[in-house]
Amino acid sequence: MNELAELVPYLGKHKPRAARAVVILIALVAPLIAILFGRTWVRVLDFALLYMMLALGLNLVVGFAGLLDLGYIAFYAVGAYTWAFLASPHFAEAFPAFAAGIGAADGIHLPFWLVLPVGAALAALAGIILGFPVLRLRGDYLAIVTLGFGEIVRIFMNNLNYPINITNGPQGINLLDSMNLFGWDLARSIKLAGFKIDSLFFYYYFFLLCVVGSILFIQRLQISRVGRAWAAMRDDELAAKAIGINIRNMKLLAFSLGATFGGVAGGLFGAFQGFVSPESFSLMESIAVLVMVVFGGMGNIAGAVVGALILTALPEILRHIALPLQQALFGQVVLDPEVLRMLLYSLAMILMMLLRPKGLIPAHARYSRPEFVAAGEARA
Amino acid sequence: METLLQQILNGLVVGSVYALVALGYTMVYGILGLINFAHGEVLMIGALSALTTITALMGVAPELPPLMLLGAGLLVAIPTCMTVAFLMERLAYRRLRGAPRLAPLITAIGVSFLLQTVAMIVWGRNYHTFPQLISTTPIQPIEGVFISPVQISIIVVSALLMFALVTLVNRTRLGRAMRATAENHRVAALMGVDVNRIIALTFVLGAALAAVAGVMFASNYGIAHYAMGFMPGLKAFTAAVLGGIGNLAGAMLGGIVLGLVEAVGAGYIEDFTFGFLNSSYQDIFAFVILGAVLIFRPTGLLGERVSDRA
Amino acid sequence: MIRLLEARAISKFFGGLTALSEVSLTINKGEVYGLIGPNGAGKTTLFNVLTGAYVPDEGEFVFDGTELPTGKPHVVVEQGIARTFQNIRLFRDMTALENVMAGHHIRTRATIWGILTQNRRTREEERLTTERAFELLRYVGIEQFARTVSKNLSYGDQRRLEIARALATEPRLLALDEPAAGMNATETGRLRELIERIRADGTTVLLIEHDVKLVMGLCDRIAVLDFGKKIAEDVPAAVQRDPAVVEAYLGGGHHAQ
Repeated sequence: MNELAELVPYLGKHKPRAARAVVILIALVAPLIAILFGRTWVRVLDFALLYMMLALGLNLVVGFAGLLDLGYIAFYAVGAYTWAFLASPHFAEAFPAFAAGIGAADGIHLPFWLVLPVGAALAALAGIILGFPVLRLRGDYLAIVTLGFGEIVRIFMNNLNYPINITNGPQGINLLDSMNLFGWDLARSIKLAGFKIDSLFFYYYFFLLCVVGSILFIQRLQISRVGRAWAAMRDDELAAKAIGINIRNMKLLAFSLGATFGGVAGGLFGAFQGFVSPESFSLMESIAVLVMVVFGGMGNIAGAVVGALILTALPEILRHIALPLQQALFGQVVLDPEVLRMLLYSLAMILMMLLRPKGLIPAHARYSRPEFVAAGEARA
Repeated sequence: METLLQQILNGLVVGSVYALVALGYTMVYGILGLINFAHGEVLMIGALSALTTITALMGVAPELPPLMLLGAGLLVAIPTCMTVAFLMERLAYRRLRGAPRLAPLITAIGVSFLLQTVAMIVWGRNYHTFPQLISTTPIQPIEGVFISPVQISIIVVSALLMFALVTLVNRTRLGRAMRATAENHRVAALMGVDVNRIIALTFVLGAALAAVAGVMFASNYGIAHYAMGFMPGLKAFTAAVLGGIGNLAGAMLGGIVLGLVEAVGAGYIEDFTFGFLNSSYQDIFAFVILGAVLIFRPTGLLGERVSDRA
Repeated sequence: MIRLLEARAISKFFGGLTALSEVSLTINKGEVYGLIGPNGAGKTTLFNVLTGAYVPDEGEFVFDGTELPTGKPHVVVEQGIARTFQNIRLFRDMTALENVMAGHHIRTRATIWGILTQNRRTREEERLTTERAFELLRYVGIEQFARTVSKNLSYGDQRRLEIARALATEPRLLALDEPAAGMNATETGRLRELIERIRADGTTVLLIEHDVKLVMGLCDRIAVLDFGKKIAEDVPAAVQRDPAVVEAYLGGGHHAQ
């Protein structure tokens, strides 16, 4: 977790252990502080964690492997719709006769440990389906084609209610099952010794666990032969070929692994939100995740985490400050929250590229295990 | 047969708008190797600024003839778009020449969304009715085939503008400077070409065409709003790639071909997929064509004039 | 003498231009084989065709008894041919050590599962890769820069690092494209020692070089390319006297390097 230590500027450099402890402590108490300002803020934190997973996954593709993917949200959609299909009454509504025939008259309701992996696998498959045709495309063309892929997925979500109702079209699918951890329903608040523990907390800590798991996995990837191969390919494709890296496989691996994180996050989103509709998976969302990665610093785990946190929280903070402020100043709302969010994101993208292209936390990523490097130096 | 003819005609109308916008993409790409993602938004700004002008004039002088109103709209829209394009080149893209490869594209996406947001602030989120100053009442040149005066003028105006642009690029000193710059900035500079000026000019020229395209687009559909530029922009980019990006003739050909494929395809997609897909999938054609061209024939129909760029 | 690499009538055309015309040559195990010729003679094209970056239009390569696939660089590396580039191509943002470790990629097997769980095999493989990379840095004499990001290395050290990275693929044939370009006399001298050591340790070397002194002193045999054709192949002393070679370098329409 050295990456996390970097989040604390001074301590990170001089006392990485202390810095790490600070970060973990903040992560653990954050919702307890947030609740003091109201439930909304815990909800914002929950969403920030989902966006962190997305940003971490996209960073794998854009930052590590250097493949600019503008359709990343499609994988999030695949995960969310998988959850919607396999854990809601939708199936029975769409195919009543068939559902009754197989004894699923009130829809399919599979447990999370089955649905999440299926969603992740389908997203990975979608990643490979996207990856194959675009293998040979150069950077800017790749971006546009992936954007097209995202739009195609969205068009299908909007229209696949006919002739077979798979997605329920623009209305989306309702009444998704919540996250149920072996009998413990995360969506239910618990009363404990007179205190009511809000369900948003349970989701927070569950999502936190998922994010920490993702970070550990991605960090291990980065300091492995795969991480080096991606970085090599990103820095100089010709030289990477010359040392025997199979570019095709490495690109497909990046697309499918990146998509996997999107798929898992999508499933969590479906369970948390309770409904899915194509609106949540627009191009703007793909761009939003990209802005988080760019803002935090491409190729950088800590950057993705911080970028996601700031850019999820800031629009909400602005909403709460700017709206009353506008009311007081102009007597009306000039810039509504959605406009503020878009303004913030587009300016973040432009100004970051112009003024600080390496992001808030510039990557000084390492691709080797520090203890082995230290051992090697000691021998020398 | 009449249906097919009708669809070809419709395709030709949409295609000429794509072609006009595609010229802007292709010129900028040819000279900078940049996909100016925000070019579609210039079209939107053109339509909306014309709308504001026309509405204002109609309020002040309702007796003005429709064509004069439209002319006034264009007179405001064109310089507005040129200014927007000039500013985006000057303030954003110019500083990023020679930056790492993804930076200009990411910036362009940012500019695109910024323009949409600004338009949202200025013109609101709602759809506006765009006054249809040229008649949209169809006439029947052939039995069963309809075309409206506004559609005829779209085809004619596009053709004239494309002719003018090609003449400018191929027959004038300025055009020669543009071609030289596209070939090689350094050499062009050594030959006394003011490269910065030429690049700014390329943006501005493309924006003027997009402004006209925007007004025509809005006139045809009778609608304008802040996000109207995005899809036509993407499709025009597809058209530019289809024709061979960097190639003027290619952009025009690509625009027309894409318009035709969309119109004819939308008419027959249901038959081809046995009713599984219907015309609400129309937008998919452009993306599929884009992907297919880039993968199987990246140089496009007429070949790429500009050499490979990482 | 055992044949290691055989090029059989390799031809490569770019549009109407003939870059290589039926070039055949044989490299024996354990030798340093030089490839020289005026600029544009087709030396680097031959490298690119050999290492799979280009597909030859005619002819084939036989490496240690098996035919090499065309257009599959990673398979060529796996078979045991590694190369460096005329204009150095390192992974800029990696340290010197990591560059070499990346070079070991093809000889490692860790799976995604192994990486996720960091099982014993994966950790052991990673430890060995790191250790081996240190050895190679020491071998080329830049171990003190293990942690230096490669773009910050001096020019000569970058060249050495590129050789170390190529050696990390465990090649049987090391193809060097103008390794002495831009080096001063001292650096060239050290480079010569290094190449001699590589040969002594059992790796065959194919060398493109303009520095005539280096080539003549170092190579066991030399082939001369001119206009995409092989015009001579012999021991250095004989090549130097070959009238066709003298003509190519001194006379004729184009001018000598």
